[in-house]
Amino acid sequence: MAVTSIDTGMAERSNARGLRSDERLERWRLFGLSSPALLIVLVILLIPTGWLFFVSFIGADGSYSLENYERMITRRSYARIFQTTFQVSLLTTGLCILIGYPLAYFMSQLPTRWANLCLITVLLPFWTSLLVRTYAWLVLLQRQGLVNEWGMTLGLWQEPLRLVHNMNGTLIGMVHIMLPFLILPVYGGMRAIDRDYLKAAANLGASPARAFWTVFFPLSTPGLFAGALMVFILCLGFFVTPAILGGGRVILVSMQIVSNIELFVNWGAASALGVVLLVLTMMVLWIASRFVRLEQMTGGGAR
Amino acid sequence: MIGWFGSPASETQITHGQRLWLYITSVITMILLVLPTFIVIPMSFSDSQYLEFPPQTWSTRWYQSYFNSPEWMRATSTSLKAATLTMLVATPIGVLAAYGLHASKLPYLRIAFVLLITPMMVPVVLIAIGAFYAYVKLQILYTMTGLVLAHTLLAIPLVVIVTGSALKTYDMNQENAARSLGAPRWKAFLTITLPQIKFAVIVSGLLAFLTSFDEVVIAMFISGGDNPTLTRNMFNALRDQIDPTIASISTLMIVLTTALMAIAVLAGRAGRTKDSG
Repeated sequence: MAVTSIDTGMAERSNARGLRSDERLERWRLFGLSSPALLIVLVILLIPTGWLFFVSFIGADGSYSLENYERMITRRSYARIFQTTFQVSLLTTGLCILIGYPLAYFMSQLPTRWANLCLITVLLPFWTSLLVRTYAWLVLLQRQGLVNEWGMTLGLWQEPLRLVHNMNGTLIGMVHIMLPFLILPVYGGMRAIDRDYLKAAANLGASPARAFWTVFFPLSTPGLFAGALMVFILCLGFFVTPAILGGGRVILVSMQIVSNIELFVNWGAASALGVVLLVLTMMVLWIASRFVRLEQMTGGGAR
Repeated sequence: MIGWFGSPASETQITHGQRLWLYITSVITMILLVLPTFIVIPMSFSDSQYLEFPPQTWSTRWYQSYFNSPEWMRATSTSLKAATLTMLVATPIGVLAAYGLHASKLPYLRIAFVLLITPMMVPVVLIAIGAFYAYVKLQILYTMTGLVLAHTLLAIPLVVIVTGSALKTYDMNQENAARSLGAPRWKAFLTITLPQIKFAVIVSGLLAFLTSFDEVVIAMFISGGDNPTLTRNMFNALRDQIDPTIASISTLMIVLTTALMAIAVLAGRAGRTKDSG
């Protein structure tokens, strides 16, 4: 009797152990399903980035040096490029919030059917080629473009305005391209807000404006943060639109990296700029991650 | 009409009339989101060297100049090939990864997830010059393989996020039921899980296609020689002057995108009616 009970106990224990190791194996096997994707990230992103990091510390004579970073500090032109990049990114993000937040609010107030219809106007540009949209603005904003023509016909201004190949054009194009990235998470966040809170606020005597600013707006900030962060990060590394609409007058970090390689074939300088850009991006993300769940950034955009 | 202006517009006491400014600015914003892109379409049918609106005389000469140019045709076929291959490579790889991360409960999952979405966070320029270097070493610079691999890298985060969020709302017990009835895991996945996340998989595939088809910066560095992509050629043409041929190509690209989006919407509607039915 006693012997058999010990036997079954041992059997149970070894069974349990077997099950546990089976489960662990199964988990690893499932995890292994992501290995092809991870391998691509490793080979095409992580290893080359690591190499760029290494190259950024190699000077013109081929030995270890900090000259690539020194240049960034000592040369005024580099400081200006970083300043422009931040200025453009901040302005674009700010304008996107000013334009996008009211639209997201408007859509969040509509019945779902109508809201989905309006959402198409946000998704359509989101899906349309970046290059095509940039080109459209180039055509619209040029000297004899539609905007200038209409503006002068309506008597808003007499001389053709310089709307493109400068900061104006860059900002107009970038705001247009970034708007969906802001609107989608903001709208998603607003939809999730329980309308009963507003009813309660109104019931307790809050004016519509007060109900909005003390109840609705604070509840919509996580979505707003997420969208604004996404826009800001994308702006920091943006290349195509500023390169075309800026006409060489607005030089961002990404454009300097490209010309360092295409014109000067200076990998050290390009890598150092790249490393600084990456570090800045990561710093922004890291600081933001303390205020907002990063998953939210992608929540709306990937619809 | 007057009654509508005075009627309450939300849970608070605000009326539609008081919110008129919101409606007006929102409609203007929506028009500005969509219209600028579409203005290219009528312009592409202009006969003039200068893009004018509305065109004085209509013609299809810019379409002819596109279709008759061996250079543009080659670039178009390169882009379509790369986009199709990217879709075919990135979708299964990404869906597998999303499923693996969802089903496995290892503690390292978060790191793996973050790694898989880094291509979205890292500035594209950096990916481009990194890939350029890596491809010189791997001797796949200016090849289709290289282009597809780099575009797959960009598409993976989208596939993982879209499919992953669909899996989150899917009840894995259904698959477990099939497995307890003797189906191997792959079969349970293919016959039970996959049909239910079909919509997300289709959308991820379309997004992967578009990601590759639209991509400019990476293609600038690693597509060249005999294999430049359409967007690379367009970008170079745009830097020089405003060639109306670009308007005709843009129009065709808008048509393509709209068609793909319609497919996605229809797939979504089919998916939803099935869910509710």
